[in-house]
Amino acid sequence: MAEKISKKEVQKIAKLARLELTSEEVGQYAKELSAILGYISQLEEVDTEGMAITSQVTGLSSVMREDTVDACDSPEGLVALAPERQDGLVKVKAVFSAQGGSASGGE
Amino acid sequence: MNPQQLTIISARNGLRNKEFSCVDLVGACFGRTRDHDGDIRAFLSLDEERSLAEAEEVDRKIKNKEPLRALEGIPVAVKDIIATKGLRTTAASKILENFIPAHDATVVTRLKQAGAIIVGKVNCDEFAHGSSTENSAFGPSHNPWDLSRSPGGSSGGSAAALAAGFCLAALGTDTGGSTRQPAGWCNLYGLRPTYGRISRHGIISMTSSTDTPGIFAKTAEDMALVLSLLAGHDPSHDATSLPSPVDDYQSKLDMPLQGITIGLPKEFFVGSNGPSEEVVSQAIGQFEALGASTKQVSLPHTLYAIAAYYIITPSEISSNLGRFDGVRYGHRSDKANTLLEVYTKTRGENFGPETKRRIMLGTYALSSGYYDAYYKKAQKVRTIIADEVKKVLNEVDVLLTPVSPHPAIKLGEKASDPLAMYLEDVYMITAAMAGIPALSVPAGFVGGLPVGVQLMAKQLGEATLLRAAHQYEKATDWTTQHAKL
Repeated sequence: MAEKISKKEVQKIAKLARLELTSEEVGQYAKELSAILGYISQLEEVDTEGMAITSQVTGLSSVMREDTVDACDSPEGLVALAPERQDGLVKVKAVFSAQGGSASGGE
Repeated sequence: MNPQQLTIISARNGLRNKEFSCVDLVGACFGRTRDHDGDIRAFLSLDEERSLAEAEEVDRKIKNKEPLRALEGIPVAVKDIIATKGLRTTAASKILENFIPAHDATVVTRLKQAGAIIVGKVNCDEFAHGSSTENSAFGPSHNPWDLSRSPGGSSGGSAAALAAGFCLAALGTDTGGSTRQPAGWCNLYGLRPTYGRISRHGIISMTSSTDTPGIFAKTAEDMALVLSLLAGHDPSHDATSLPSPVDDYQSKLDMPLQGITIGLPKEFFVGSNGPSEEVVSQAIGQFEALGASTKQVSLPHTLYAIAAYYIITPSEISSNLGRFDGVRYGHRSDKANTLLEVYTKTRGENFGPETKRRIMLGTYALSSGYYDAYYKKAQKVRTIIADEVKKVLNEVDVLLTPVSPHPAIKLGEKASDPLAMYLEDVYMITAAMAGIPALSVPAGFVGGLPVGVQLMAKQLGEATLLRAAHQYEKATDWTTQHAKL
């Protein structure tokens, strides 16, 4: 831990996070993330041998309910929230590019 | 009429005894908002026309002697991260600048069912990421006690609106202190309930494992009333909501404090709190005078709470904010040529600096090769912190600590140092990690600025917190003091 984050790493993280950053932001986040991770490295001091991770705090787990039909928000009302619509559907850019392969950037 | 001087309880009596009409009351709140919100900037959206129409309906009911519900006609402001059907909900982010939800959050549904009037939506840090409202895409709110200072955050608009007399109660959220800290800085009660005690449905998710709704009120009695209406199981909407029956908070307020043991965790009193420490010491003395006994306890891993929190929180944020991709709601970049660019440009153009910082930090902490070293490590440290405080709360009834290391900061004072801002949460993270309830209680002033003390109890111990606060409130006069505008 407590390693310096390079600009190249920032660019890699930004790509994973689907976040376009300016070159100024890349430099700024390289510096700030390094400082924050430096602070966080103090966690190494804590002996966590054999400790379970926290996955709930109130004792509830795998909560189930009856699978029943219930009223919900109107589909028209929900589609109306989309920034682009056509014929009552959400409109998006082409998912597959003309050259083949996914245009969504999946790796 | 100055709504600053009214509580929910006194306003309810005023309406029932016809000392004033509901239109008078709601009109007075909007009047003060018109006069002062140019300086305070608490509201992002106002709903004046509908509020006044609802107030007229309440007056008609009173005139016809129809039964009134628990919050009938009470003006309430709601943090803009909580969905309100038909009323713009921005999360103080450009990406949701024009978002009008199709549904109400459960807390809003319950307020409406109790007859409350939602007067408007109040400012916060973008997606609740911050401790000062300076991360709002629409500019910061100002503290009614000193306009050059922050009202706290992230629910700073909620605190500012209530302290300024724009409403009689306000809703916020508390992920790592976002209700308690602004309450402490504005001479208000701020409650973080037990995780799952109040439904999170309809609250735009930040850190799902520690997010809770938060309540701002002027007195312990008001808090007990609002909590009793919002608490409860929400099985069809929030799988983490607790099925346990809701306590009778109001009837327990008057139980005296004899026999109560208050624990003072020594790691929270290390002399780093400046003049606020004196206020906290006086509060401890007052609780002892009321019959409570005090006892020093130790929470040694408190030291690591912020480091663990600032891994867990950004990790959950990076996942939760993945939904803002320009497809189903919110802004979509008009510069995008491909689907990938729709995602990257929409997010790059519309998220603010702190939101991006947290998404980046969380994506890093969860990425292949780092997951074990950061996220898993932090979740193990969280278990240690939570076990530690739960164990201490088997020995004492309540823990008492400062809320913040100091009173309200000047706007701009820490805005350029993200790490310094994270450290503001130092005393409030423990409750978030353990899912226990915590209450910020008005406890005095330093140089004219409010100072709060924090009370924590074991899970579902809200009644004990409110009872302790109410007994303390009766012996002091802090809650009768209001910001002069």
